[in-house]
Amino acid sequence: MSAPIAPADEAGIIDLVLAASAAREPIAIEGQGSKRGLLRPVQAARGLSTRALTGITLYRPAELIISARAGTPLAEIEAVVAEKGQHLIAEPPYLGSVFGTSAPPSIGGVVAANMSGPRRITWGATRDHVMGLRFVNGAGEVIRAGGRVLKNVTGLDLCKLLSGSYGTLGVITEVTLKVLPAPETSATLFIETPDLTSAVAALSAGLGSPFGVSAAAALSRNDHVVAALRLEDFAASVTYRMEKLRGVLDGYGAQRVVEDGESRAFWRSVREVEPLQLGAHEALWRVSVRPSAGPGIAAMAGMIGGRSMLDWGGGLIWFAAAPSPANHTTITEAVRAQGGTAMLFRAPDSLRLSVPVLPEANDALYRIEKRVKDALDPLGLFNPGHLRA
Amino acid sequence: MIALPAPKAEILARREEIVTALTALVPGDGVIAEGIRLKPYETDGLAAYRQMPLAVVLPSSTEQVAEVLRYCNEQGIRVVPRGAGTSLSGGALPLADAIVIGLMRLNAIHEINYADRYAVVGAGVTNIGITKAVEADGFFYAPDPSSQLACMIGGNVMMNSGGAHCLKYGVTANNLLGVKFVTIEGEVLDIGGTYLDAAGYDWLGLITGSEGQLGIVTEVTVRILRSPEGARAMLAAFNSIEIAGAAVDAIIGSGIIPVALEFMDKPCIHACEAFAHAGYPLDAEAMLIIEVEGSIAEQDALLARIKDICARFDPISLKVAETAEQSLAIWKGRKGAFGAVGRISPDYLCMDGTIPTSELPRVLRRIGEMSEQYALKVANVFHAGDGNLHPLIMFDANDAESFRRAEAFGADILKLCVEVGGCLTGEHGVGVEKRDLMTVQFLPHELTQQRAIKSAFDPAWLLNPAKVFPLQGALAPAIAAE
Repeated sequence: MSAPIAPADEAGIIDLVLAASAAREPIAIEGQGSKRGLLRPVQAARGLSTRALTGITLYRPAELIISARAGTPLAEIEAVVAEKGQHLIAEPPYLGSVFGTSAPPSIGGVVAANMSGPRRITWGATRDHVMGLRFVNGAGEVIRAGGRVLKNVTGLDLCKLLSGSYGTLGVITEVTLKVLPAPETSATLFIETPDLTSAVAALSAGLGSPFGVSAAAALSRNDHVVAALRLEDFAASVTYRMEKLRGVLDGYGAQRVVEDGESRAFWRSVREVEPLQLGAHEALWRVSVRPSAGPGIAAMAGMIGGRSMLDWGGGLIWFAAAPSPANHTTITEAVRAQGGTAMLFRAPDSLRLSVPVLPEANDALYRIEKRVKDALDPLGLFNPGHLRA
Repeated sequence: MIALPAPKAEILARREEIVTALTALVPGDGVIAEGIRLKPYETDGLAAYRQMPLAVVLPSSTEQVAEVLRYCNEQGIRVVPRGAGTSLSGGALPLADAIVIGLMRLNAIHEINYADRYAVVGAGVTNIGITKAVEADGFFYAPDPSSQLACMIGGNVMMNSGGAHCLKYGVTANNLLGVKFVTIEGEVLDIGGTYLDAAGYDWLGLITGSEGQLGIVTEVTVRILRSPEGARAMLAAFNSIEIAGAAVDAIIGSGIIPVALEFMDKPCIHACEAFAHAGYPLDAEAMLIIEVEGSIAEQDALLARIKDICARFDPISLKVAETAEQSLAIWKGRKGAFGAVGRISPDYLCMDGTIPTSELPRVLRRIGEMSEQYALKVANVFHAGDGNLHPLIMFDANDAESFRRAEAFGADILKLCVEVGGCLTGEHGVGVEKRDLMTVQFLPHELTQQRAIKSAFDPAWLLNPAKVFPLQGALAPAIAAE
């Protein structure tokens, strides 16, 4: 594939899609290319990037709404809403260190991959806050989904379908997100627990308390596991609730509290999967199970010579191990047995091309998946082979 | 009146045979075919529309739902799914040649897991039933539509229901983990599960709010949340709609996310006060009900902040509840708003458009002008935090002319909502009521795209026919053919 063409407007995107359609040649779709290492590598004659499609098109702080063209850097949006004391609710990750790239993630890419950070456990995923989007389908038509208001059930929810579709159903050209007031401050309670099972029990007790825990992770150290729970709100509330939360979690292990700056830095590192200290040659899997099943899945890491870290109350497991098909099979089968979902998140191309990077759908769902793909991209132009062989 | 397609004569002619076949699939008392017992199913919350179905089936298991759908698919029989029948948009309105599949017997609570904070329940469990099952342990299910005493979770999923508290907790879609989903072919699919964010396409998100167009949900896994330490409301009344709107902006701009932020206009205040004697100020043009959560000290701090903000807007009344009882009193009028309007008017239509909140003064002014033009009274109650309007248009159903004007008035309001950047429906769904207005919000090719996705699930268009999509248009084969 030659370097992707990056039109500066939606009309340019349409022209490229129509040209590819006329030539019957597939297109690799990307934003800034920061997640090029995700899922199966795309082999296509043509390339299209939304990176030049930038700019915030609408920001109404009082209406909790921001719209931006797909290629707008995530950092730019974060900075603009921060000026008005607001934030992106799902705290999406950048993943530059995971994928070894300095390319800045675009907001379209964040939505197309439905990427969410630690706050997801309490406040929802990125897709929960996509209030509207525009995309170009395989026929070169612009389709608007949702809108610019916070409550909308008019017609089928194509915002959800396109969020997390990785550019395989349409080229997202603009997104509208819900934002919320950023909390005045943040504090994190660290508890030193003997093992993962007790750490996740502490996280569950915290998340099951009335004190508004907004993130809950478990990180293995040499001889113990640190459970981390975050509170975010007005300062007086955080102080009050931290006292209460410490009481609820008394008995799980030694406690330590860090405030504002240190708390924010810690969760930024969790968001970026940094505590795992991913080796250059390791593969990374992302697993989601019910939190109480997390420790069992994580325990497998030891058996196959890998490591793990847990977020989302113990239900999100980042799993690092050698990039082998055998390891992939071990992990995905263990997750399937627990009733969860596993995705090969980062690996050399050879592994990504040789194993199913996403869970395999059963026949009936697979038929629907193919028909939905046909409904949006009848010629199969967009990101062929990105999700499945 | 909104047109319904002509029934297929060959299906009507086979009624007896179909009832016999259904009775074999759902034995015992699972099939209703006698006129008098079918009567309760002829309408839903949009009572102006009535139509007796071919038959009603009440399955007791997912397997029975699958068998009935498989049979209907093979025989080309249309299917209308129904929960409690509380839809305000006619989502459960039958057709003469369709069978209704009622899900109320799927009312078991299968599992409650506090450590992992989820509950697995049948589609026929009521919304309040989920909270009732977990509240003794300090948990609740967050979305709280006004009909929560009656409406069922399966219907909530199909409509993506909201409620007064979704500013903080989100709507149904944001509180789901998984569903058991039966396709028209009778395949049972587990979509999602007990975990977050299944890898691959977001089928759960697409199914939620699909109004029965894609398949039938028989079982639902919801997130349950720990209840806050407490909650308390306050009331603020203002001299004009504009000022109340500015106060809402200032509250949200201050960084506070109230759990609820409700807005009522003067006619609504009067109707509710006459009904509930909640102590609402009758001289106010607009009133806000604001609720916050947390410990007593946190509630005090937040309410004091909000009171200070409201004080800047020259309120004519500010009343902070001192106790839970006073909070309930403040809510009593709002929760009874629909009933209160029902008391002063024989019938009303409840609209459900959403608008950008900055457009509120302009939209309410226009609605006032339309009210005079159509010579029908209207009361406005509104989820102010998220822009979801509920104008209640009062009319007399015994007077066909009055009903015609009410429908035209409602359509004009919804067109206005779209014109100012909003949408036709925030939480009630399109159903049959707003079906023909879809062309106001969507361009023809956009509707064609949505229809193509519907066809991917339901190629013969047997599921919940004549709802959501206008009868005319590309890719509506089964219906447009008539």
